[in-house]
Amino acid sequence: MTGAAPPAGVGPVLEVDGLRKYFVSPRRLLGPQAGVVHAVDGVSFTIEARETLGLVGESGCGKSTVGRTVLRLLKPTDGTIRLLGDDITRLESRALRPYRRRMQIIFQDPYSSLDPRMTAGDIAGELLGVHGVSSRAERHERVAELFSRVGLRRDQIGNYPHEFSGGQRQRLGIARALSLQPSLIVCDEPVSALDVSIQAQVINLLMDLQAEYGLSYLFIAHDLAVVEHISHRVAVMYLGRIVEFADKRELFANPLHPYTESLLDAVPVPDPRRVRRRRIVRGDVPSPIDRPSGCHFHTRCPYAVERCRHEDPALREVAPGHRVACHLR
Amino acid sequence: MDQAGTPGTSGFGDVVLEVDDLVTTFRTPDGVAPAVDGVSFEVRAGETLGVVGESGCGKSVTALSILGLVPSPPGCVERGTALLGDRDLLALPERTLADVRGNEIAMIFQEPMTSLNPVLTVGYQIAETVRRHDGGTRPGAMRRAVEMLDLVGIPEAQRRAREYPHQLSGGMRQRAMIAMALSCEPKVLIADEPTTALDVTIQAQVLDLIRELQGRLGTAVILITHDLGVIAETAHRVVVMYAGRKVEEADVTTLFDAPRHPYTRGLLASVPTLDALRDGAAGERRLAEIPGVVPKLTGLPDGCAFAPRCPLADGRCASTRPAFEEQRPGHSAACWHAHTAREAAREAGQ
Repeated sequence: MTGAAPPAGVGPVLEVDGLRKYFVSPRRLLGPQAGVVHAVDGVSFTIEARETLGLVGESGCGKSTVGRTVLRLLKPTDGTIRLLGDDITRLESRALRPYRRRMQIIFQDPYSSLDPRMTAGDIAGELLGVHGVSSRAERHERVAELFSRVGLRRDQIGNYPHEFSGGQRQRLGIARALSLQPSLIVCDEPVSALDVSIQAQVINLLMDLQAEYGLSYLFIAHDLAVVEHISHRVAVMYLGRIVEFADKRELFANPLHPYTESLLDAVPVPDPRRVRRRRIVRGDVPSPIDRPSGCHFHTRCPYAVERCRHEDPALREVAPGHRVACHLR
Repeated sequence: MDQAGTPGTSGFGDVVLEVDDLVTTFRTPDGVAPAVDGVSFEVRAGETLGVVGESGCGKSVTALSILGLVPSPPGCVERGTALLGDRDLLALPERTLADVRGNEIAMIFQEPMTSLNPVLTVGYQIAETVRRHDGGTRPGAMRRAVEMLDLVGIPEAQRRAREYPHQLSGGMRQRAMIAMALSCEPKVLIADEPTTALDVTIQAQVLDLIRELQGRLGTAVILITHDLGVIAETAHRVVVMYAGRKVEEADVTTLFDAPRHPYTRGLLASVPTLDALRDGAAGERRLAEIPGVVPKLTGLPDGCAFAPRCPLADGRCASTRPAFEEQRPGHSAACWHAHTAREAAREAGQ
């Protein structure tokens, strides 16, 4: 069954409004009461054509859940997701299918995300087959094209994933994601598992592909330097919410949220001469089941005042395109 | 060896660990892999030696070899010495070495969850280490454990000491590991990617903690990492490894300012940094790439192991292995083109 792909319109490629995704953690035998994990709690953003939105935050902040929910790999609890102008929030599998072609994902771990029993060519061409895009011969031709585009050799088409290095496997994952000519690719920590010298190769490739095919990326990562390099705009998440959102230049030059400040301060800079002033936050991220009242960050915030403990700050625009959720800024 | 007044090492105490010509191999289905191939270095009291390199460069195997923890077979420490004081760790019988480990030289690993025993409380595990080495009483050792947990900044140390590893967060587990490693005030602490599994704000806390304790206890630290940012902020001197060999060594400022080995230069250029934007540099930048991949250790070329990926490589590089030579006092590199590399760096305005 072949559905015609929706046309790429002029509006935003992706519009996410008030997205929520809750998980109910099962009650354990002797453990505490069943809790609700507010993994994503009211997140809104848009991504334009040819744009990269960086989504940063520490483990458990919900950034990967945003990516998976946007792709409808997880069922959203609330909110709307529009892809190329169409509401896909509640579409069921058959109706969703044409939209699936338009959005793809690249995973962090190129070791576990590729089927070890499939050849590289079959992995890269699998989606073409699933979506009935082309005949076998066409498919072979297309896979060969993809291979050379992502920097793999054509004679590697018959090889199995274990015969590739980490960087090559990530190239293979990218070839697979590109095969259906998507509009949006969710990149979930795509370079975190790679060595430094290989990381640069993959980042450059992703940027080249964006320029060439007009792709939009939702780039999820914990490495701020990588996000800064590849993104146009950046959203900072903390415990399921966006706490700051700005153009990347603005965000890195003029961070407003205390959490963003401390994240930027904590990044080790490869320059031994740099004397840093550190505003390192204390303690750990609180549990997403039992979140602090008021501003979720107040337990670690060096500037917190009484109001922060009771009142939840709204995400408001403080400069054109620069939004922050903090009572004090 | 002249140990007096080398630039970058002054201000530290005596040499506490001296590793010389270490060779460790692994038997693999494809042949014998020289995981560590003739590595030498020393570290002084109060000094942090950074060891940097990519996966498979031999940085972790170097640490495991020193501690006698290389699984054998397939691994084998073939050659070399590791002098801690006047004793060669590589020649000690396992029984004696077990007394040294944890007591005079301790190690922390990347993933604390795999190095802590899940069915024993954190306090008990630290107390065991203490008792193993000073033979004190159980209550005394437990008090020491709580003291150590408190020292590494774990809140409510008394209560946490009675908890199991899974009840602690990742950052707290790594703190507990550090508490255990430092409980006997070792002369040398080997930290193998101690913050790689941690979030960036927790990483900053843990690195600050290691630095602070080092200042207080005068511990010599060997910090193994792939993260050049961590190296720049934490290490005093740096060893760069590639394919089992040491390719460059210098004090940290010299290494970042004037790297001589093309591999070091490639690494430094390929890392995206936050500074460019903060300093108002131009927007669209392309990261420098090191072409190709790290070679398989079983099929290393005769000459320089980096030659197949090196922009400066010529016939000599392919055929003859360059010696690890001092380029200027305190700065050594193994490259036929170390001088060319310096010229190129200058031209590029680095």
